[in-house]
Amino acid sequence: MESVDQTLMAEDREGHHSESRAVLTIEPSRGWVALRLGEVWAYRELLYFLIWRDIKVRYKQTMLGAAWAVLQPLFTMVVFSIFFGRLAKIPSDGIPYPLFCLTALVPWMFFANGLGQSSNSVVNSANLISKVYFPRLIIPLSSVLGGLVDFAVAFALLGIMMAFYRVSPTVNLLWLPVFLGLTIISALGVGLWMSALNVQYRDVRHVVPFLTQIWMFLTPIAYPSSLLSEKWRLLYSLNPMTGVVEGFRWGMLGASTSPGRMVFVSGLASVLVLISGAFYFRRMEKNFADRV
Amino acid sequence: MGDTAISVQGVGKKYLLGEKAENQGTLREALMRTVRSPLAPIRRKLSRGDDGPEEFWALKDVSFEVKKGEVVGIIGRNGAGKSTLLKILSRITEPTEGKIEIHGRVGSLLEVGTGFHPELSGRENIFLNGAILGMHRTEIARKFDEIVAFAEVERFLDTPVRFYSSGMYMRLAFAVAAHLEPEILIIDEVLAVGDSGFQKKCLGKMEDVARHGRSVLFVSHNMQAVARLTSECVVLKGGQVAYDGPTPGGIQCYNDVMGRNAERTGRYQAPGDATGNRVEWIQVNASGGDGLHFWGDELEVEFGLEIVEPNGNLTFSFQICDDQRPVSHFWFGRTEYSMDVRQFSLREGHYRFSCRIPKCRLYSGHYTLTVWLADRRSNQIVETISEVCRFEISMEKQIREEYDWAEGVCLYLEDAEWTGPIPDAAKQ
Repeated sequence: MESVDQTLMAEDREGHHSESRAVLTIEPSRGWVALRLGEVWAYRELLYFLIWRDIKVRYKQTMLGAAWAVLQPLFTMVVFSIFFGRLAKIPSDGIPYPLFCLTALVPWMFFANGLGQSSNSVVNSANLISKVYFPRLIIPLSSVLGGLVDFAVAFALLGIMMAFYRVSPTVNLLWLPVFLGLTIISALGVGLWMSALNVQYRDVRHVVPFLTQIWMFLTPIAYPSSLLSEKWRLLYSLNPMTGVVEGFRWGMLGASTSPGRMVFVSGLASVLVLISGAFYFRRMEKNFADRV
Repeated sequence: MGDTAISVQGVGKKYLLGEKAENQGTLREALMRTVRSPLAPIRRKLSRGDDGPEEFWALKDVSFEVKKGEVVGIIGRNGAGKSTLLKILSRITEPTEGKIEIHGRVGSLLEVGTGFHPELSGRENIFLNGAILGMHRTEIARKFDEIVAFAEVERFLDTPVRFYSSGMYMRLAFAVAAHLEPEILIIDEVLAVGDSGFQKKCLGKMEDVARHGRSVLFVSHNMQAVARLTSECVVLKGGQVAYDGPTPGGIQCYNDVMGRNAERTGRYQAPGDATGNRVEWIQVNASGGDGLHFWGDELEVEFGLEIVEPNGNLTFSFQICDDQRPVSHFWFGRTEYSMDVRQFSLREGHYRFSCRIPKCRLYSGHYTLTVWLADRRSNQIVETISEVCRFEISMEKQIREEYDWAEGVCLYLEDAEWTGPIPDAAKQ
């Protein structure tokens, strides 16, 4: 409870968006519409509260609570290490296999959870959408960003594992925020598409988990991308998560050579998905209230 | 132009009936449609609505204006387009045509407690809900104590709201909403919450808002609240504006739209095709005839009953209701309230019986009957007939020198004896 109060008191003073005397015009829109990101910014406090609510509620009725944020990547790592590392003897670029796959799993799980949450976010917010106006982009955005806490916990686990294996991070670590940014962009981009489609076709609810599963195998999580021959690698990095995962390995473990080209291609792909997703979402948005 | 708060110009909203069925289907259906007839969408566009989904205009050509500081009521029966208009004004859904200009910061309340999360505490929900309604954190923090005091939930602030009673929940929800301070307030019928004491508080708060020179758009079924709060009214009928002007005329128009004045017959006749034990007809014998009753006169209600399946456990009761709620209840049968202990006949046939109210003290207004026929043993309701036999009670014959009889002053006038004034010996 105290935390609420404190955050309140430490309130940003410039917070008041202009008490606009401006005229608001409501008219039918046709086709593609502007993103109106300024309005999203004006509603940033709502974004903050929705993220805060999601985090607060997420583990409220679970027995192990926030421990899930550690257990999920930990168990996946163990299973992968046994089956892919030990039994299938998949190479790991000279890095201890558990560390190799955990480094990939940390951003991947953030991506997969963000995608899953945001895909259902609009449909699950039907009660808000049909009663209150606010920029709808905030809904999928908040469900992606809400995963950052879990990411931080999982990242701490990664730190512990690195200490255990006595692997120290390199100076490449400074690039990590970029890779994290790319993860957010990818999750949000796909999430925007899926959440808007979900309003129209409720199949999306079933498609997303399946999609995520296949996507995981198309991403170098259990194996290194060096398994692929050079000429396929560029095509392979059209998968936005390829660049992210390779980037994380490079940043954290200093693995192999710099994945510059892959990151660039992946980054381009993810930005493209985000922009197209945002415009598609905005186009479909006007029907949300009538359909959810 | 300068003093306009809201200007609505030729607004229409079209829904496609069957659109839901077509577009909200599963992906499989959409794919199958495309596979089966890949050219269908194009063909449909070419033949323009030939065999497309049926159109339905929830609103058509609606225009009106709200001036700054004006409180305008929007009234109309269910399905007249009130909620659609509200949703468009609140930017929840887009109009199909027309244009709306809003001058000033809008706050709209289509519901209280939107976004309340049962797992979060009262304190947390105040901030969450406030943010959803468009308040700033600083603003909520500043009004926090006031909100809590208004809702009367001080002791439960840190309890998750799922443990709240429904009354507490609604009070808290309303309290947050009531502290929204926009220049233009759009409110749906959120007043109907909580007990009567709290409702009064809410109405008071609304009046405050209006008094502070802010514009209010108020959608309601509650004619008393409309009469009390608003100066202007827009009556919607079938998605179109049927009336736009001062409130008294609007309420008159609403009553006409509802067919209230025409229906003031005090008579009910059951439809011919009904079967089983049933009420065949009801007649309110009003002292003025034609469903018009003068206050204080004897009122008699007669009922016709057909018994098809003899049953010794039938009970009968009826309520006199105003537009919002039952105001009086009458039992027939073995109860302490009734001297008559006869049960309904065990034999088949048609019966008539009546209830005499020696001095009907209900205050002036329109009333209806709701009738209950039930099986006492199995506790099952055999028949409910609601809102029939509309009749009016008039104060015409009761002369009051000082004031006119105003609408909605009370529900009924009790006989009372006054004494004094005499000098108060103790205070002399």
